[in-house]
Amino acid sequence: MPDARGHFGPYGGRYVAETLMPALLELEAAYNDARRDPLFHESFQRLLHDYAGRPTPLYKARRLSAHCGGALIYLKREDLAHTGAHKINNTLGQVLLAQRMGKTKVIAETGAGQHGVATATAAALFGMECRVFMGTEDVKRQAPNVRRMELLGAQVIPVASGTGTLKDAMNEAMRYWVSAVRDTFYVIGSVAGPHPYPTMVRDFQRVIGDEARRQILDREGRLPQALIACVGGGSNAMGLFYPFLQDPVAMIGVEAAGKGIETGKHAATLGAGSLGVLHGSKSYVLQDGHGQILEAHSISAGLDYPGVGPEHAWLKDSGRARYVSVTDEEALEAFRTLSVLEGIIPALESAHAVAHAMKEAAQGSPDDILIVNLSGRGDKDLGIVFKDL
Amino acid sequence: MRRLQQVFQTLKDKNEGALVGFVTAGDPNPETSIGLLRAMTDAGVDILELGVPFSDPTADGPVIQRSSARALSHGMTLEKTLDMCRTLRQWSDIPVVIFSYYNPILAMGGARFYEHSVRCGADAVLVVDLPPEESKEFLDQWSGNHLDFIRLVAPTTPQDRMAAIASDASGFLYLVSMTGVTGSAGLNLQEVSATAARLKQVSSLPVCVGFGISQPEHVRAVCRTADGAVVGSAFERLIEENLTAPDLPERLGRYVQTLKAATRI
Repeated sequence: MPDARGHFGPYGGRYVAETLMPALLELEAAYNDARRDPLFHESFQRLLHDYAGRPTPLYKARRLSAHCGGALIYLKREDLAHTGAHKINNTLGQVLLAQRMGKTKVIAETGAGQHGVATATAAALFGMECRVFMGTEDVKRQAPNVRRMELLGAQVIPVASGTGTLKDAMNEAMRYWVSAVRDTFYVIGSVAGPHPYPTMVRDFQRVIGDEARRQILDREGRLPQALIACVGGGSNAMGLFYPFLQDPVAMIGVEAAGKGIETGKHAATLGAGSLGVLHGSKSYVLQDGHGQILEAHSISAGLDYPGVGPEHAWLKDSGRARYVSVTDEEALEAFRTLSVLEGIIPALESAHAVAHAMKEAAQGSPDDILIVNLSGRGDKDLGIVFKDL
Repeated sequence: MRRLQQVFQTLKDKNEGALVGFVTAGDPNPETSIGLLRAMTDAGVDILELGVPFSDPTADGPVIQRSSARALSHGMTLEKTLDMCRTLRQWSDIPVVIFSYYNPILAMGGARFYEHSVRCGADAVLVVDLPPEESKEFLDQWSGNHLDFIRLVAPTTPQDRMAAIASDASGFLYLVSMTGVTGSAGLNLQEVSATAARLKQVSSLPVCVGFGISQPEHVRAVCRTADGAVVGSAFERLIEENLTAPDLPERLGRYVQTLKAATRI
């Protein structure tokens, strides 16, 4: 748990303009109240079960494991959750909370569009007005998700400033929120942003790790050697890791090395970033020596972010988790391999985790078990992949 | 007496409000920017807010965002912003407030920021994304007491929080006139006046009102209920519309004069 002001060690906190402080304090109070309320839990669990389709399976990937020749790989199938990614867990939780707080409008930012789709979905379910901010570059890269959001009744607002990616969409969502803070709930899509978002999003996503832990104990009667998940902002990884924190299980977060860390065109914030403040919290960020935020690069729109959740920064510093990176090319290769060997087309984000799992598995023994979070499905990425393969 | 305190005292004696002028340091480029500072001080601006360009200015509207981008494209940094303050000291004793987001300061280091600011003749700092809850680590690194720390109060700030913020502030209190980003339209002068009055109940510090102020009548109305008006996006808009005009400094100077005249109540 973070301290009272939302700090994980030196990370986290609330670095926002004064206009937003009362809203964050109100949100924190409302969330603390909700998390202690059995009725809120019951409503949330029912939504996850009946609407999102949980629990998602833990699937033993036999052919992929055999191909790597080493450890046994299990896939946590978040791609099978409603809307095709883990994002739905968090948006159902936040929109349920928004309703409890009497808010009538929600906004969100999105990179790959998965969080936007999940927010638009939850907003439709609860009859709330929804605006989604999305960089113009991502609007192009993720056209099918833009259509889905619009079909769900959301208004997609293209953001042309900066590089037109997730960072800029988040800037614009924060600007809009400053103006509309009285009746609007900001649904943040990752374990980033000001306190209480990193904690709250982790809590809504911990269902991934809770299920995976129970499922692997049922299936194998023991815990895995390692958990592997991709990290952009880091919500799917945090959700998988958190319930295992006290267990003797290795945790590996996989960042996007893009065209290679040495080229500067990457999104490996924990691997190559430094201490900074971005989007309301203190964490690792990609920046120059003068504190200006640098552009991130990844073939995967969902990982294309120069910041990372503060709890990951803390897990890295404390040595509890390890962070590695894989390139665009390696992710594409894993994308193809998983499709061919298992009949599962992963999101490009998840393909980063799969790529590293394949390396890790090859070095492991047949007694080792790896759980890889398959955070989302890859339909949305076909345009990009067909262009690049 | 500190420069800020002195200015507010002098203006009070003359029954005038303060015109606080914001410009982004290094916009549109560092050489022109120095000329603009000169034009503003010559035209009688009372307090200068020197904006440190930042790549991700989430509290600012499009006009100031673009001014930041222009300055950054010419290699502007926090260090160079402070150097501009030192240059300005060659001709002016005007109080200078360094206006920044926290990340450039964090990159420089709180202790170095303090020392360099004082050495360059800055009087105060306003860090837009550093609320009271997070400002201790920064202020603890200051080796002296030569800088004022300007704090923000918003229309959403409840009364008890206002009091807590005011108790920690120095120089003046910056009252954000509306829930919105800089340069937004929709200034509600009645609401501003009510909030300023509430703020005056909990603090004896001067109160300056900013966001959405661009016209002499705004300045006049604000100066009736508060101690000063902050104008930023309006100046940046003029700069942006006259980027290549050779008489840009004169135009900016005339605008400053018009607004300054409206502070005499």
